[in-house]
Formats: sequence, structure tokens, C-alpha cells
Amino acid sequence: MTGDLPPRTGKPIQLESVTRRWGETTAVDGLSIHIPEGSFTALLGPSGCGKSTTLRMIAGLENVSEGRVLIGGEDVTGRPSSKRDLSMVFQSYALFPHLSVAENIIFGLKVRRVGRADRDARLARVAGLLGLSTLLERKPGQLSGGQQQRVALGRAIIGEKPICLMDEPLSNLDAKLRHEMRVEIRALQQQLGFTMVYVTHDQVEAITMADQVVLLNEGRLEQAAAPRELYEKPASPFAARFVGTPPMNLFPARAFGRLANAAEHQLGIRPEAMHLQDGGPVTASVRALEYLGADILADCVVGGTAFQVRLPTTKPVVPGQSIDLGFESGALHVFDGQTGRRRDDLVSEYGAQLRS
Amino acid sequence: MRGLVFRREWITGWLLLLPALVFLFAFTHIPAVTTILNSFFSTPRGRRQAKFIGLDNYERMIGDPVFWKVLWNNLWFALGTIPVSVALAIVMALWVNEKLLGRSFVRMAYFTPTVLPLIAVANIWLFFYTPGFGLFDQITGFLFGWPATNYLGDPDTALNAIIVVTVWKEAGFFMIFYLAALQSIPVNLKEAAQIEGAGRWTIFRRITFPLLMPTTLFVCVNAVINSFRLVDHIFILTDGGPDNASALLLFYIYEVAFRFWETAYGATLTVALLILLSLLAISQFFFFDRKVHYK
Repeated sequence: MTGDLPPRTGKPIQLESVTRRWGETTAVDGLSIHIPEGSFTALLGPSGCGKSTTLRMIAGLENVSEGRVLIGGEDVTGRPSSKRDLSMVFQSYALFPHLSVAENIIFGLKVRRVGRADRDARLARVAGLLGLSTLLERKPGQLSGGQQQRVALGRAIIGEKPICLMDEPLSNLDAKLRHEMRVEIRALQQQLGFTMVYVTHDQVEAITMADQVVLLNEGRLEQAAAPRELYEKPASPFAARFVGTPPMNLFPARAFGRLANAAEHQLGIRPEAMHLQDGGPVTASVRALEYLGADILADCVVGGTAFQVRLPTTKPVVPGQSIDLGFESGALHVFDGQTGRRRDDLVSEYGAQLRS
Repeated sequence: MRGLVFRREWITGWLLLLPALVFLFAFTHIPAVTTILNSFFSTPRGRRQAKFIGLDNYERMIGDPVFWKVLWNNLWFALGTIPVSVALAIVMALWVNEKLLGRSFVRMAYFTPTVLPLIAVANIWLFFYTPGFGLFDQITGFLFGWPATNYLGDPDTALNAIIVVTVWKEAGFFMIFYLAALQSIPVNLKEAAQIEGAGRWTIFRRITFPLLMPTTLFVCVNAVINSFRLVDHIFILTDGGPDNASALLLFYIYEVAFRFWETAYGATLTVALLILLSLLAISQFFFFDRKVHYK
């Protein structure tokens, strides 16, 4: 990645209780988020959670039923896409099949009647930056998936817009290329300094690339936080299970004999946060083992609840065996049985009871 | 043994081809060849046999003022119908491709002229054009106070009146092809162009129209052939008159061959028509080939 596009500053985006309805169905329900300028924000969630709709509302490709969209402090809710000063990369890339790579990239500049000299200079810079210099005369149909992806990126960054939106841009690439592009897109965003809103259903993508992850579920905001906070302090059982592989184990509090009198809260412990400990607070029986090379994933049962634990390969266990497990006090999560929200106030109490 | 199996497959193959071949030869290839042959002979009459007269028929054609007149008419007819009906078809297709109330009804309404037989259509239009109490005279008389006009009886307007009917008949048919092509263009392309700041006209000029080029080629080839082929309505509306003002090449061929029974001269005119059509079709493919992007 060489080249020297001038760094520029992004614009912040603010969604104020934005709602999108189609007849009876509500795709996005009262969503309020703040996307700081120059940040990389990932909209994460399972398919059908409204993340693409949210992105399209920011882009102006979808009408907002209720609420406001602000870009750089200005209300743009009623403005067409062309007046919002942003660029977008589509999942299918949406390259114009009849135009060459060069024409695809400078499409927007031509529409805005940027002078020929300026256009050519910018094209050369962007093509150099993305390694497309030798492909400029080709048609999109003659390019590989990764190259098409780069052309789409080129078209998005050549306009030097303060905001770039991406809708699952890597989902059509193979695993190796996806990793490369992940690094490249992140580097590009940091180098050019624009505000990035990135839609993905892949939690690894979101966690590795973003400054802020906005987790959506059924059109509602589940949690908006930095990746580390999302992983370490998930706000709800949904967030806890959506981020991290394998997902966090959730137990009804009463699954543990020592908490038989506790309220109907849910306890969560990540598989990688548990370790073998003689006389530890959790006594479980092993059901099945999955050998992963670096470690072993064990399916266990405690008090009728199945869960998974990551064990080192050095201490062999066998199915049917009973094992004692321990965990650090900070690794326990408590979620309210009624509201589903996080209850940090109960963590130390429950932790102490489990250990007693 | 192998030879026998090969032979049997060969016979089966020919038997399967036979039904189609018989009809193709009976109705296309043999008549075509016969037409070309006939154009070098004189017309047989009564007991007088046809005799070989070389290029006499072609010399007669070149000296025939009516031939040049109908050829000129046909050129004007093609220029009048093709661009207008293709442009109308695109506009209508773009319109009914939008989300609008009663979209399928509008689509059906545009397609209706294609379904109606041209003869029936011509009779309806005959009423529209009727001097004095026809639809057009009623409207122009009411709005502008114009006197009665005989659109079909005036040599200056007869051909144009026929062009209008043809455009009305053809545009809806071509629209269906454009509509199908429009729906195969991904919506994403339009959205990407919008985000890049393109307005409706730019999107049409730079994205939609170029992507419709294969359809345009197809429609244009069809329109050119139709402009030489569609003559049914002339029989009803003007019968080629007045003074051949609205006669087209195919109409003239029909007149010569089956009204005057000069079959040899009719064959000669047919050969001229065939040569003209093949030249047009070939040159269209060459002309468009560079401009068409196939997916």
C-alpha cells in the first residue's frame, strides 16, 4: 500500500430514533446511534436485523419512516443520495459492466465535471494505491472477484468524500482474500481518515476492523461499544452469544447447587475463560470432545444445562469423566432474568456464593 | 457391425430432421429459389410458355417509375416509423418500469395494439381519419376550428397517416422487449450512480441506454424488417393510393403479382426486396457490433 492521497477529515453521523416500516413489518425500530468523525463503525447483526436497511437510510437509498439522520450536524433526512456527500461500496460491487475499470472509477468525477487533468491525476493515484494500474482498460467482467472489489473501492475513494459506506463488501471473496482485504480496507480508512460505516454479519470482521461496533437485533440496538468492551462486557445475552466463537455459555442461575435460592437470572461464562481446577466451583460431566489442534473444545453438562469449555491439550480428559472447573472472578457475567440487561452489581455476590 | 450401427443412427437423425426440413423446403427454400429463377423468365400466359429473357425484367424494373416511387415511399416509411416507435417504446418501458399505481394495467394497455389484428386496427383508424365526423376532425374542429381534412385521400398526408398507425401498432410490442431488458439491469447499478451524484438523465444516458444496446439492436433489426413487411393496413386504409402515394414495396409486389398477374415481374421485385433486406440486416449488425456490450 503505497501512494499519497492527502489525508482528510470525516464527518460525524447521527441517527435520532430512526424507524423504517414496510406495512406491518418494522425493519428498523427507533434506532439512535452516534458515529464519530473519522471512526470505523461496524453495523453487526444476524441477517434480517436491519443493518443493511440502516446503511441504506444513511445513504439516502431508503426512506426514513420516522426520526432524523444527521450528517456533519446537518439534517439530511429528506435529501437525495447525491446531495449527502458520501460514497458507497455494494455487496455485489455494482460495477458498470459496459465501462472499463478507469471509466468505472472516474464515473463520479465525470458526473461532477471535474477537469480532465485533475481526473487523470487522481485516477493514477488511486490506481497506484489499489494496484489497478495495469487493469485500467479491462472491463469488470474480465476481472477476478478481488480485483472487482478493488475497483469498487477505487470508485468509492476517488471522490475523497468524508464518509464511506460499505455493505458486506467482503462476503463474495474467499477466506484468504477476505483476510487480506480486511487489513487493506482498515489501513486505507486510517490513511485517508474518512468516516467508515461498515455492515457485516461476521463478528470477526467487526471485532478486528472497527473502532465501534453497533450490534443490532430485530431492528433494535442491542449494544454500541468498542470491540473490547463488547466482548468483555456484553450488555445482553444476545450480545454475549453473538460475539466470540464459540459463543458464551449461559446458565440459569439455579443450575448450580450453591445458587439454588437465587433469582431467575442468567449467568454467562466464556468457554475460553474456564479452566480445570481441582475443587473448583463448577463440577461438570464431559459429554463429547472436539480436538482443534491448539486446544480441545469439550461439550459438558452441569445441572441439566449443556455448555462448552476450551481446555488445553496437555491434560487429557475423556467423555463421561467428571471435571472440576474454575474461572477468574472478572469472567462471570450476570444478566437480569426480567429485562435481559447486564447486572454488574450481582457479579461479586454470585461469584462468592459459587466459590463458597 | 460398427458400420451398421453408425448407419442406423444416421437414418434416425435424418428421420428426426425430416418433418422440419420438409416444411422449410416446401415453404421457404424452394419458393425462394423458384422466385429467383422466375425473375429471369417471362410471365407464362395461357398456352404461351415462360421463356428465358435474361435480365429484361430487371431492366424493366429500373425503368419503372412506380418501383422508384414505392421504394422512396418505403424509405420514408422506415425513417418515419423506426426511430419514433423505438424511442416511444423506450419511454413507455421506462415509465411502466417505475413503481406507479395500476402499473400492470398500463403495461397491458400499451401492449394491446400488438395483440389486435392489423386489419381490425386499420378499420378503427379508418374511422378516426374519416373526413368531417372522424375522431381527428372532431377534435381539431372543436379545438382549433379547422375544416374537415381528408388525411387518407390527400397524396401529401396519406403516407404519414399510415406511419402513425404503424407506430401506434409497433411501439407497444417493442416496449415489451425493453421492459424485459430493463428488469434484468440490477437496481444496484442505478443506486451506485445515484450515490456518485448522477441525475436521472445521466443515469439513462451513461448506464441504462448502453446496457439496453443488445435489445436496441434486436428491436431495430425487427423494425427494419417490419417496415418492409407490414402492409396489411394499407389495403384497408388507402389501397396504396392516391396515385401510389402510400404504396410500399411489398404492397406493389402484391399488386403486380396477384392483381395484374405479372408473376415474373413480381418475382423480380421480390428479389430486389430480398437483396435490400439482407443488405440492411448485415449492415446493421456491423454498425452496431462495436457499440453493443453483451454481458
